[in-house]
Amino acid sequence: MSAPAATRTSPKRAARDLDSVIRDVARGRRRRASRRRVVLLTLAVLVVAGFAVTLMFGQTFYPPRDVIDVILGEQVPGASFTVGRLRLPRAVLAVVAGFSFGLAGVTFQTMLRNPLASPDIIGISWGASAAAAIAIVSLSLGRTQVSALAIVSALAVALLIYLLAFRDGVVGTRLILIGIGISAMLESVTSYVLSRAAEWDLQEATRWLTGSLNGVTWEQTLPALVAMAVLTPALLALSRDLSMMQLGEDTASALGVRVERTRVMVIVAAVCLIAFATAAAGPIAFVAFLSGPIAARLLGPGGSLLVPAGLVGALLVLVADFAGQFAFDVRYPVGVVTGVLGAPYLVYLIVRTHRAGGSL
Amino acid sequence: MTTSHSLTAERLTLGYGDRAVVESLDLAVPPGKITVIVGANACGKSTLLRSLSRLLKPREGRVVLDGREVHHMPAKELARTLGLLPQSPVAPEGITVLDLVGRGRHPHQGLFSRWNDKDDAAVAAALEATQTTDLADRAVDELSGGQRQRVWIAMALAQQTDLLLLDEPTTFLDASHQVEVLDLLTDLNHARGTTIVMVLHDLNLAARYADHLIALADGRLHAYGPPAEVLTEDTVRTVFGLDSRIIEDPVSGRPLMLPIGRHHIRPQPVSTPD
Repeated sequence: MSAPAATRTSPKRAARDLDSVIRDVARGRRRRASRRRVVLLTLAVLVVAGFAVTLMFGQTFYPPRDVIDVILGEQVPGASFTVGRLRLPRAVLAVVAGFSFGLAGVTFQTMLRNPLASPDIIGISWGASAAAAIAIVSLSLGRTQVSALAIVSALAVALLIYLLAFRDGVVGTRLILIGIGISAMLESVTSYVLSRAAEWDLQEATRWLTGSLNGVTWEQTLPALVAMAVLTPALLALSRDLSMMQLGEDTASALGVRVERTRVMVIVAAVCLIAFATAAAGPIAFVAFLSGPIAARLLGPGGSLLVPAGLVGALLVLVADFAGQFAFDVRYPVGVVTGVLGAPYLVYLIVRTHRAGGSL
Repeated sequence: MTTSHSLTAERLTLGYGDRAVVESLDLAVPPGKITVIVGANACGKSTLLRSLSRLLKPREGRVVLDGREVHHMPAKELARTLGLLPQSPVAPEGITVLDLVGRGRHPHQGLFSRWNDKDDAAVAAALEATQTTDLADRAVDELSGGQRQRVWIAMALAQQTDLLLLDEPTTFLDASHQVEVLDLLTDLNHARGTTIVMVLHDLNLAARYADHLIALADGRLHAYGPPAEVLTEDTVRTVFGLDSRIIEDPVSGRPLMLPIGRHHIRPQPVSTPD
């Protein structure tokens, strides 16, 4: 103990005027709130900018005027097809899927207090992806049925992992290891289904293996958009309880959180979000995994990461998809680009926790 | 601040799985006092504390706060009256002291209600009471064990409950920090009349700081009352299976337990020198 005893807890230490402490507390809180506003606003502006760029640029450039006209429903020769039918659904799905993955990912990471516990690492995304691949390739089902099957399958995987990991309460590490195993199993199921489908083209196959926005139509985008619109407010309403659960279940419960109920509601909402987005865009690699930690870096510790992580996710997918289309000689699906970004971080995270002596 | 809350356990049976840990226990927590629960390892101390704070559903019997069963009370309402500091709470990575203490305000906030002046005042008062004001902007994981424990207590204080339960608040602390934490809780009890119930490992510190001592043995209430009545050689033998001498603590006048092991026993003089 380096501090002399007198400075540590001398009962004679001059008590500070409580009003000045209150002012300090309020100031500290305002400072954090203003940083949060700046980060949120910047992210939102970047997402809007990325969205606009995606609509304007491509093989052919369309000026903002044309793009706005198309969005407002007017007929613009050329632009109506290219922007309205090709670029707009794709850009909307990039934002929707990115936001959904980011939001659901950080929800899991917060609840299980582990950055590795994101739904793409623990197999939930693969549950949705395998079901979607089977539904489309082997069963030739329609869009609604595909979404429904993806959701049921993702929930079933979540339940399975939960049951396998449950022993006197859920322990994060066990859940993650079981999830990684299930993830590998479902990934091979997906590969197998795709390899058996001879008539299936490669573009669709990559969607279910790495996630892709190629050839996206409104039919695919709309269910994911509706799911995001419904489930985001639901998760936001739970976000305070969720941040209490970061303090451990006992403390959360002592602070008035109904832990069991909150956990079930959060899991169901986050899994549905993942399932709808995956049914539309495939399991875009590592977006759920990366968005939360990036948002945490930007915001600093403390506040809720749900919306910032969603925005980071949207931005990641927009940028990765744009880069995949135009930055290289070959066109890469978005999931390949995010995969290249995410893999080093996964390695870093494992090395770091290993060095710190933690078990995952 | 009112101190008239009554917290009682009636025929409480608690357990995990098939194992009963506490059996048919009746208990009344004296309001406005410091109650300390002592007992051997795995005798059900923490289990009892968890159940008093709704964390563990009783298998039989009930816990009653002001005439209402705690397991049927709305969670937030209960959390405004009764606070709990678990044995090893988890701080999220990098969280600042100010932030962590602020989370104690959770039960006072509605779904979309904004943080208000009352919350700031409660947090400031909690920081001052625990002398953690100067640490407010530090990350909790950088603090020493003693500082960290004070911060957790500050969080529980920000909750502004009239009853506060603590599960071994002095574990992992060195001697001076143990005394510091217990002094702080005593200040709180004296200044605000907060009813305190805690589990302590150290019998002598328990006897020093408790107004009311509860000795548990095998999930049953062995003895309860003022330390001078509860801490006897008989109690120590039954509860801990340990022989001991009880003398008067020259510092506090409370009972002081001296264990008798197999070694280092001074041979008893055959006859007292005149």
